[in-house]
Amino acid sequence: MKYTLTLSPDFNTKYLAGWFVLNTRLQKQLGLPLHLDLFTDFSACHAAIDAGKIDLIYANPADGAMLLREKQFVPVVHPRMRPDETIIAVPVDSPVNRIEDFRPDLRVAATDDPEINMIGQILLEPADITPADIQYQRCENYVLVAKALMNGQADAGFFLAETFAELSPTIRNRLRVILKSQIHVIHHLFLAGPRLTNQVDEIRQALLAMNDTEPGLLKEIGVTGWQATDAEEAEFMVDLMDTLVD
Amino acid sequence: MTLADLHGESGEEHWLTYYDGFRRRVFVTHREVPFPEGKLIVSRTDPSGVITHANQAFVDMSGYSEDELVGEQHYILRHPDMPAVAFKGLWDTISQGKKWHGYVKNLRKDGAFYWVYATVVPNIRDGRIVSYTSVRRKPSRRKIEEMAALYKSLLQEEQGNRQ
Ligand SMILES: Cc1cc2nc3c(=O)[nH]c(=O)nc-3n(C[C@H](O)[C@H](O)[C@H](O)COP(=O)(O)O)c2cc1C
Repeated sequence: MKYTLTLSPDFNTKYLAGWFVLNTRLQKQLGLPLHLDLFTDFSACHAAIDAGKIDLIYANPADGAMLLREKQFVPVVHPRMRPDETIIAVPVDSPVNRIEDFRPDLRVAATDDPEINMIGQILLEPADITPADIQYQRCENYVLVAKALMNGQADAGFFLAETFAELSPTIRNRLRVILKSQIHVIHHLFLAGPRLTNQVDEIRQALLAMNDTEPGLLKEIGVTGWQATDAEEAEFMVDLMDTLVD
Repeated sequence: MTLADLHGESGEEHWLTYYDGFRRRVFVTHREVPFPEGKLIVSRTDPSGVITHANQAFVDMSGYSEDELVGEQHYILRHPDMPAVAFKGLWDTISQGKKWHGYVKNLRKDGAFYWVYATVVPNIRDGRIVSYTSVRRKPSRRKIEEMAALYKSLLQEEQGNRQ
């Protein structure tokens, strides 16, 4: 039997090579025929999940929630000290200095990262801005979000905080951060599907061992280490996210 | 805590009677503490409303220590300006397994207050409600003013009915 590892399609492509190496290491460690299969968009990824083709996944919080609640996936680990936080930034010369300065009919540049956009919308609520008051400009990645701000095509941009920090200094200097969320407990999840439920402990041990043996490889996928996640901790994150929709 | 602890702020005394018959004297000032930017206030209770978990933002905003909160009824934050009907709606909704949203004025340990937009979800495990999670976010000023006026009239009705 062949098993498939995948990633929620909002991962940063600069980590692609690292993920292929991680897949190979994991395959060797576990003695499982493991194959990394990637999808360019959410609908293709979700179709593969629905078809029962995915056994391991590094999922963003929204996908993680769906897999836990609807697809009998089990949490394995989450990245250490790497919560998904949202930044709202404006062009450096924008008249906006705080959230309450934003006005309805706001033009927001954003990717299709679901939880970043959800938290971005929540951060705008104190300005009485609802999703209906926002004109979205969808961008393929965060560099393009930054460009939309610099070109004057958008008044505000939603960023994954980690990615914002990785933008080049020339780009960052032309932007100004209005607010960064500090939620701390919403993060990506590494989950195992129904065909691997019996091997969860082994998979968790193999990933945790990488904290000591493979720090360079972990850096290549943008994490500093793994931390074990149990069902209740993951359920808590999902309950919390549940309070944030509508 | 007594009036002397209010550091010279003007305040009023109120007696609150909770659903379980417990009566408590609280001191209330007119000082509002702003909601912490970018944060969420999170707590969890058991099915009867006893706090089992509080995040740091909750501890900071309530003015109580974590030890003072965990094990207490969530009504420890009840502000006398809140009408009872708001909490009746909360409990009626969540005990049916549904999500509740609402605007709440909360009382701090020091008598000051803070406004939140709160959501409470039942935590359902194996088909049973095992606990509740509440997450509060920062409301807009316009919403706060709207809700303050509504609560004031509801409270007057409730007090009128009691006489
Ligand atoms: C998860 C959860 C969170 C709650 N949060 C608050 C709160 O922040 N402030 C508050 O006054 N009541 C809160 N309540 C409601 C209280 O349990 C209580 O119903 C309310 O304070 C009114 O008190 P009474 O029911 O004794 O009249 C919460 C209840 C639950 C289940």
